Amino acid sequence: MSVAEQPSGNVGKVMRRKEDPPLITGKGRYVDDITLPGMLWASFVRSPEAHATITSIDTSAAAAREGITAVFTGADMTDVPAPLPMAWAPPGVQVNNPEHWALAKDAVKHVGDPVAVVIGEDRYAVQDAVEDVFVDYEPLPVVVDPEQAIAGEPFVHDSLGTNRVHEWSLAGGDVEAGFAEADVVVERRVVNHRIAGAPIECRGVIAEYRPGQLTLYSATQVPHFVRLFMALLLGIGEDRVRVIAPDVGGGFGQKLQVYGEELVACWASRRLGVPVKWTETRSENMSVAHQGRDQISRVRMGAKRDGTITAFHVKILADFGAYNMILTPLIPSLGAFVMGGCYKIPNVQTDIVGVFTNKCPTDAIRGAGRPEATQMIEVTLDQVAHELDMDPVEIRRRNFIPAEDFPAATATGVVYDSGNYDGTLDKLLEHVDVPAFRAEQEKLRSEGVYRGLGFCTWTEICGLAPSRVTGPAGVGVQAGLWESAMIRVHNTGAVTVYTGTSPHGQGLDTAFAQIVADKLGVDPAVVEVVHGDTAIGPEGRNTYGSRSLATGGEAVCKATDKVVEKVKQIVAAELEAAPEDIEVAGGKFSVKGSPDKGMALADVAGVAYIGAVPEGMEPGLEETNFYDPENFVFPFGAHACIVDVDAETGKVKVLRYVAVDDCGNPVNPLLIDGQIHGGVVHGIGQALYERVHYDADGQLVTGTFVDYALATAAELPNFETDRTITPSPVNSMGVKGVGEAGTIAASAAVTNAVIDALRPLGVDYINMPLTPMRVWEAINEGSAAS
Amino acid sequence: MSTVPVRLNVNGVKHTLEVEPRLLLVHALRDKLALTGTHVGCDTSNCGACTVHLNGEAVKSCTMLAVQADGEEVTTIEGLGTEDDLHPVQEAFWNNHGLQCGYCTPGMIMAGAALLAENPDPSETEVRHALEGNLCRCTGYHNIVKSILDAAGRSSSEVSA
Repeated sequence: MSVAEQPSGNVGKVMRRKEDPPLITGKGRYVDDITLPGMLWASFVRSPEAHATITSIDTSAAAAREGITAVFTGADMTDVPAPLPMAWAPPGVQVNNPEHWALAKDAVKHVGDPVAVVIGEDRYAVQDAVEDVFVDYEPLPVVVDPEQAIAGEPFVHDSLGTNRVHEWSLAGGDVEAGFAEADVVVERRVVNHRIAGAPIECRGVIAEYRPGQLTLYSATQVPHFVRLFMALLLGIGEDRVRVIAPDVGGGFGQKLQVYGEELVACWASRRLGVPVKWTETRSENMSVAHQGRDQISRVRMGAKRDGTITAFHVKILADFGAYNMILTPLIPSLGAFVMGGCYKIPNVQTDIVGVFTNKCPTDAIRGAGRPEATQMIEVTLDQVAHELDMDPVEIRRRNFIPAEDFPAATATGVVYDSGNYDGTLDKLLEHVDVPAFRAEQEKLRSEGVYRGLGFCTWTEICGLAPSRVTGPAGVGVQAGLWESAMIRVHNTGAVTVYTGTSPHGQGLDTAFAQIVADKLGVDPAVVEVVHGDTAIGPEGRNTYGSRSLATGGEAVCKATDKVVEKVKQIVAAELEAAPEDIEVAGGKFSVKGSPDKGMALADVAGVAYIGAVPEGMEPGLEETNFYDPENFVFPFGAHACIVDVDAETGKVKVLRYVAVDDCGNPVNPLLIDGQIHGGVVHGIGQALYERVHYDADGQLVTGTFVDYALATAAELPNFETDRTITPSPVNSMGVKGVGEAGTIAASAAVTNAVIDALRPLGVDYINMPLTPMRVWEAINEGSAAS
Repeated sequence: MSTVPVRLNVNGVKHTLEVEPRLLLVHALRDKLALTGTHVGCDTSNCGACTVHLNGEAVKSCTMLAVQADGEEVTTIEGLGTEDDLHPVQEAFWNNHGLQCGYCTPGMIMAGAALLAENPDPSETEVRHALEGNLCRCTGYHNIVKSILDAAGRSSSEVSA
């Protein structure tokens, strides 16, 4: 099917979102919008030190202030039986996992570590009182640089006697043998620096404990995980804990977490018998909500004279900050699974070492391990091409896994589901006239204008599932990563979809409604999608890892198919036909060939709910499915970026960005493009603007949006997007994920464009972020030391 | 802490509030008047999620004290249009997928509406510069710019270079 063809059903059509009317009229309902009767406010006392022993805490002045109900420290929370969770236990690998308490007990390990919580009657009063909690700190030596941290003392956690978290490797083939065959070997020190998730809504919670029942509203991506851990850590039956993720103002991985503030609010509500609300400030968010990337990698790529890659070996030093959060040490491994990219490389090896430093912990941020891997592959490949005097497009084509090889097992044993990498590159080149660009580039150079064109061809691994691979016996995540859905057809024929995913901007209400509407012969307008409330619908596994459509959407399909099966039996009985002869067309279930005689879904529901169903059939019309796929899905694409670099100032301007993506069959092209746009800007931000920076004392320099440079509309161009369609064989819809795709591709495309612009000036590599200062320095050094 | 009276005309409704002199306008709107469509996304006036109109001009309500708005007319997203009677900028955001998580959206719409009130036929560059004070993490701004141009009756260029 070509992109231009309009599908006959709702699936595949551009459809504006069901979600939008409340959100554009100020009627959204985010956590901070909710007020409960008798609710108190919480504010946290946080460490100004990067590493220190707490010698005393004096809460008396704060507690004595008007309007303050209580001040609690870690010493008050002795009834919490365990530290905050880390849920990765890879078989056969030792992972050092120090205790991480919701309120620090004896020591603080990074700036912002929470030490006490003040609870009182007013948003402002509790922040005032925080200033009156006096904490004595005995500063300890600080380590910020991961390369220094891995070398030895000082230790972030003295009890471990090392800063090393773990070592983990994934190898296929024999990289040394591959390098022996190579005519050229390129080595790089590739830095994927630390960035923030920076959702525009910070985190927030309201906990309401009533005897025997805990309700937690949280700005989270993972209400089902949060429920489990609140129950375990508070000793409350999981059935008595309800977690609600109302409208959530973006996540980007940052809200894929079980946070101490959630636990403290729940604990304090139980202790005080009133609801407790905490709304994070941006400064807090920048210092304590988990961050991403922060990897220093030594990479080597070997290739033959004809451009064939013979080996790729990557050694990653991953800075995890001060603690392991829920999946911290797993994140670099997600990159290792696709370290060969979209290329047929017989010998690939990734060696990961995790390290603690006195910084905010890292964990999944949009892309999670895969942007880093793509950066390593794509910038190195460009240099290989340069050294072989090959065109960057040509070297990519030479190494692509051919379309006929799919499903394709990579050297490491990961099986890519489907792909047509030449197809996306061909389509990209329909948009980007490379010969014309090169001619223009040459001409501009003679005028002192440095314009560059960078490519990134990539694939990734997403749709997180299947449990057999991700779970305890596989990679070692201590949870199955399946997904659930329940479909309820109401008496009137209205439909409710309950999904175990927890979307927060992706538009899944609309996408799922499109899917269900086609199967049930109804208008998507009558299909309501419910999510983000653990008390309603089946247990779920939430939203992250570009999983919600490929895994959650397929569960919706399968549950709806069960409903359809029952509907057909009812209709067949009513129309005196065979169930297999019933089809849905024109809004009715009818006998094939007799479209006039049929039953609308509402009529069928009527029969089902008055109990006039065929003998032996249960009344009602409601079905559930738990779906655990056989494999991941592997979206791919070809991106190109054109930049101008001001050689006088080092400033980079993105002139064009063209993204050709393939995420299988499209459900709603509007949503796909939207995901690509936002994802690409996250990657452009990493490449050019954003960086979480700590000074040598562990003080956070980028603690607000004044210092942390999110791109604005004024810095960016419009984006050109296009698609090819290569269905996934993994699920019935043939879909793949798209939430992280843009981010995974963009930083490499931008970096390659900047280097392409500056090669005449002797620059062959610059580590991100490509800020004016770095670029200027690289230009003036002739070639940047990486 | 002592309080002072503040008279606000918000979305055409007159209110007299007793507030602490330090109370930010955004918190007066959200916490005192339950107009929670105006959001807070930063501490430093960078993100613009709190953008409202003060006497028709876009202002950041986190950067004003409620007392500074005494006697003035404030319009929030709730006063711009309703689900049954959308403002053209609201309609355009819906039609062009100008929002994802929706958190920055009220501020973006208020900024866009203020721009069009002042300049009914802006260029794409003018729209992009008018939005410099509003941050979005979801959309990459592409569809936000497109929405505002659409509300002005223009289409955005395929390539801005």
